[in-house]
Amino acid sequence: MTATSERAVGQPLRRIEGPDKVTGAARYAAEYQVGDDLAYGWVAQSPVAGGTLTGVTVDPLVEADDVLAVLWHGNAPRLAEGDDPELAVLQSDRISYRGQALALVVARTLEAARAAAASLQLSIDPSPADTVLSFARDDLYTPEKVNPDFPSETSTGDVSAAFDAAPVRVDVTYSTPALHNSPMEPHATTALWEGDELVLYDSNQHPPGVAATLATLFELPPERVHVITEHVGGGFGSKGTARPNAVLAAMAARVTGRPVRLALPRQALFSMVGHRTPTIQQLRLGATPDGKLTAIDHLAVAHTSRLFEFAEQTAVTTRHLYEAPAVRTGHRLARLDMPTPRWMRAPGEAPGMVGLECAMDELAIALSLDPIELRVRNASSSLLTDCLRHGADRFGWHDRDPRPRQRRDGDWWIGTGVASATYPAMVQPSTARARRLSTGDYEVSIAAADLGTGARTVLTQIAADALDVPHDRVRVRIGDSTLPFASVAGGSSGTASWGWAVTGACRALRDSGGSDEATFDSSDLVEQLNQEGKHAYGAHFAEVRVDAVTGEVRVTRLYGLYAAGRILNPRTARSQFIGGMTMGMGMALHEEGVLDPNVGTWVNHDLAEYHVPTHADIESITAEWLDDAGEGQNPMGSKGIGEIGIVGSPAAIVNAVWHATGVRVRDLPVRLDKLLPHL
Amino acid sequence: MDLVVNGDRHTLEMDPRTTLLDALREHLGLTGAKKGCDHGQCGACTVLLEGRRVNSCLILAVTLDGASVTTVEGLAHPVQEKFLEHDGFQCGYCTPGQICSSVGMLDEALSDDDPPELSDAEIRERMSGNLCRCGAYPNIVRAIREVAAR
Amino acid sequence: MKTFTYRTATALDDGLEPGATFLAGGTNLVDLMKLGVATPEVLVDVTKLPLDEVTDLPDGGLRIGAGVRNSDLAAHPRVRRDYPVLSQAVLAGASGQLRNMATTGGNLLQRTRCRYFMDATMPCNKHSPGSGCPARSGDHRNLAILGGSSSCIATHPSDMAVALTALDAVVQVSGPAGARSFPLGDLYLLPGETPHREFTLEHGELITAVDLPGGSGSSAYRKVRDRASYAFAVGSVAAVLTVAEGTVTDVRLAFGAVAPKPWRAHAAEEALRGRPATRESFLAAADAELAAAEPLRDNAFKITLIRNLVASVLEGLS
Ligand SMILES: Cc1cc2nc3c(=O)[nH]c(=O)nc-3n(C[C@H](O)[C@H](O)[C@H](O)COP(=O)(O)OP(=O)(O)OC[C@H]3O[C@@H](n4cnc5c(N)ncnc54)[C@H](O)[C@@H]3O)c2cc1C
Ligand code: SF4
Ligand code: FES
Ligand code: FES
Repeated sequence: MTATSERAVGQPLRRIEGPDKVTGAARYAAEYQVGDDLAYGWVAQSPVAGGTLTGVTVDPLVEADDVLAVLWHGNAPRLAEGDDPELAVLQSDRISYRGQALALVVARTLEAARAAAASLQLSIDPSPADTVLSFARDDLYTPEKVNPDFPSETSTGDVSAAFDAAPVRVDVTYSTPALHNSPMEPHATTALWEGDELVLYDSNQHPPGVAATLATLFELPPERVHVITEHVGGGFGSKGTARPNAVLAAMAARVTGRPVRLALPRQALFSMVGHRTPTIQQLRLGATPDGKLTAIDHLAVAHTSRLFEFAEQTAVTTRHLYEAPAVRTGHRLARLDMPTPRWMRAPGEAPGMVGLECAMDELAIALSLDPIELRVRNASSSLLTDCLRHGADRFGWHDRDPRPRQRRDGDWWIGTGVASATYPAMVQPSTARARRLSTGDYEVSIAAADLGTGARTVLTQIAADALDVPHDRVRVRIGDSTLPFASVAGGSSGTASWGWAVTGACRALRDSGGSDEATFDSSDLVEQLNQEGKHAYGAHFAEVRVDAVTGEVRVTRLYGLYAAGRILNPRTARSQFIGGMTMGMGMALHEEGVLDPNVGTWVNHDLAEYHVPTHADIESITAEWLDDAGEGQNPMGSKGIGEIGIVGSPAAIVNAVWHATGVRVRDLPVRLDKLLPHL
Repeated sequence: MDLVVNGDRHTLEMDPRTTLLDALREHLGLTGAKKGCDHGQCGACTVLLEGRRVNSCLILAVTLDGASVTTVEGLAHPVQEKFLEHDGFQCGYCTPGQICSSVGMLDEALSDDDPPELSDAEIRERMSGNLCRCGAYPNIVRAIREVAAR
Repeated sequence: MKTFTYRTATALDDGLEPGATFLAGGTNLVDLMKLGVATPEVLVDVTKLPLDEVTDLPDGGLRIGAGVRNSDLAAHPRVRRDYPVLSQAVLAGASGQLRNMATTGGNLLQRTRCRYFMDATMPCNKHSPGSGCPARSGDHRNLAILGGSSSCIATHPSDMAVALTALDAVVQVSGPAGARSFPLGDLYLLPGETPHREFTLEHGELITAVDLPGGSGSSAYRKVRDRASYAFAVGSVAAVLTVAEGTVTDVRLAFGAVAPKPWRAHAAEEALRGRPATRESFLAAADAELAAAEPLRDNAFKITLIRNLVASVLEGLS
């Protein structure tokens, strides 16, 4: 056994697949060459938000030479029942939202498939659609649980009494719009049947999960579905489970007997693959004059669909971030004629912390107390306090004039804002296999997916250390459902979960006294773990300028300081943090699904109209971290880092806009037209 | 029609509706250029047409008879190494577009009659036609800045 | 996309067969064809015509070929020097890649970005005459406050055209019936009852060039958008200003993203000529133009925005 002088973990190793990504060699789901008879699928989506599809008429003259099949509920193969009704595609005449897949054209060319899909006559009996979320609805209900498995309501102490008795109070309503994950790679699948085995090249965050789901729907033994997910062009939650593209491609391949490629058009991502629910949040905070919280009350309203209940855990962070004798949180849902909301980067935490952290800012103002001081006085974790205090030093908070609308540079109002950040540190059961190869190198296998998180690279480092070899002697294989089971790349739990299994397998191999292969399943250990109350923390600081002439907001500086366990690879970790913060900026300033209730959908369903930040929007983003290694609950000492960057960063920006202008915007995003009348 | 891609001449027979992007990806097996939006709204499909950066998703291939195209597969440019060094990507899906765009952008700046100073702000504005949902922007700008400085 | 036949134009007066459309950079037309909003049967490619030159005119002005790419136009030394408003406007539009493709002619004739227009499955009087205008009661935050009608409140999205409007540009056209020219403002039709009719060109008429008169005052373009770059305007102002001894002797103003055409602010110009070059007169001039504004539920902010922009841009120039 070779002893290495330097541990790989903690080194800023470059991405293993980097060279493939900068030369165009890396292959994504729609890019595999799978034979000469490849066919293309194109989805016809519902033009109404509710109703029944009574028929589909195909114009026999359109693309007649190239169309291979037109599938709809009248002729599509039956699927077995699964647990996600969004995947029961082409199975029923019921239309649950605008944009739902109603038919699929399969054709020899992409051009023919698209044209034929556009020419289909869909016979629809429309019904009125109900798409508007509001607090005033009389059909709001309390879900039993919120995602993934939290109680919907919690209460300690007598919140109403505590709030009424509080000398200083804030009672505010914040709202966040529907948001769209918008990964750069649209959801795509290339499907083929090899005998009675289904092979899917699919863009997702969980190859074994997708394989299991497809096996259920097509009534196949699980080992006969093979999902290959070598590279994924981002997911941000929207690829956490199989999406309709995988099912439709598999169905089309079965019907036509050809390999079928189905890459969703960008516009379809705004309805077919999930979104972040809009929220309306009522926050009531009570405090003593010296800034001790006495009451916290957070009620969140969100929507779900007619198909399926997804209840976002919007108010869950409020249960633990600050201490108060009386805390109440709750969730209400409206069932709307809308697509089912899903996970989007930090579901729950991201919108919930807009409400809580902006309300905290308003409380600090009401108390004439520094907003950092208010948070520190009530923080439930010393890690949070550390991030706030050290972050304030590094950001340069201390000479801040607390009064709004004081700093001006030419036409620009300038201000700064702060918000806390937190995200649960989760671990899930996974299995990995380590092999000694005849070359003397090692191969480590696990069915994980690398969406750009750096998983392939970090797992290589983890394996190298566990095997006690240099990292260039380890080859990590991921992105294939036939490899040992990995948990989903979600909830910022990937590295912790897979790394644990990889560590276990590598140590077992190292300690095996000469065997060539070892497998390790972390299930038992993970089950014994008490995961409650384990979190990463952080603090976000923003400096913004607001143009007094136009209301335009620019973020001059965005700074995040995190306590997120051991940082396994500073190069890729930093990218994850700033990526989250960038999306947080989008949430604060740019992104919103603009709903037109009359047509029953978001009308800005493309990347020209749904604005994500561009290069020019990012002037300075910095992420740093405190050393809190050993805090993490796994052999690496890590916590999740993929999502915390979007938790609190939007609130820091909103709070900075208030400080710059004196204008408090309580409905996101902070668009220029909301500021302009007050400048 | 004839198309020269990365120095190789191809004779293609295609539906006139085929875009340059689909010709590259579906007919020539060159999947380096990515389809992020298919409508000119993201920059993932950026390639160099006669040396100039363009969105290949909005160009009909039939209009290019005899033209010369460079995709990321045909590049060997210092900016690629800098992307690796500065982690100028995460998922990698916008990356070929970012790279082709930065090569085209650097060239535009160099061949300008009144060459601009490529400050970070200038690089950011000139690269804004390339979205990166992973948020690798500061790293990309750093990579380009170091090449521009040469 | 519906199928079509493709040919290249060989002469300026080639004309167009029925159902045919000119194709230039394609950045708008190909986009709309994919969306099923444009359905030409024949595409006539005009990019091979010799229209890609910028030449000096005898009166000191400039002739910009219709095929000149936006990026070449913005970088042209004379445009930079004598018509900064134009250079700035072009560079404020789209992206580096799109500007390498987009042409002068195509930019002027690009269609609205109204979200209903861009979606063939939506009702819209412009793409499906008589189907109604959902924008009036729906999403119209970025639609017109000036020049709209009960049938349509679309805005023209171009930045370049706003600058050209302020520069008194003249459009040169050639077609089977011969050549003609007219002020840029006359290229556009207001929607009235027929929002599907947008331009005054006859079928088969080709824009060959845009002429700029010589001897402008100092000029500037300012665009406001919802993110820092790569977004259409929510409001913009192009201004050309001459001030002598504190008095405005000449001014030309155009507004973008507020009307179905690049909006020449004649009333504002009238109100300003001969007035002191002060913030008060600039604001009064803006008010004179904006008095005609008919905002809807969500776009009234554009009045304040344009008002502020007018004052700010003119102050910057004086
Ligand atoms: C994502 C995106 C963002 C954009 N952002 C902006 C922006 O911020 N600001 C802005 O101003 N623009 C913007 N644009 C629009 C862009 O500037 C226009 O699409 C472009 O200028 C059109 O020029 P083209 O040569 O590509 O025209 P084409 O698409 O080829 O043609 C457009 C129309 O003009 C007709 N046509 C073209 N040339 C002639 C001619 N010589 N004579 C007669 N008819 C002709 C065509 O038949 C067609 O109807 C954006 C576009 C996209 C896709
Ligand atoms: S404003 Fe005009 S373009 Fe928009 S929906 Fe109404 S009619 Fe159509
Ligand atoms: S795919 Fe061409 S710009 Fe997005
Ligand atoms: S690296 Fe993922 S979108 Fe840029």
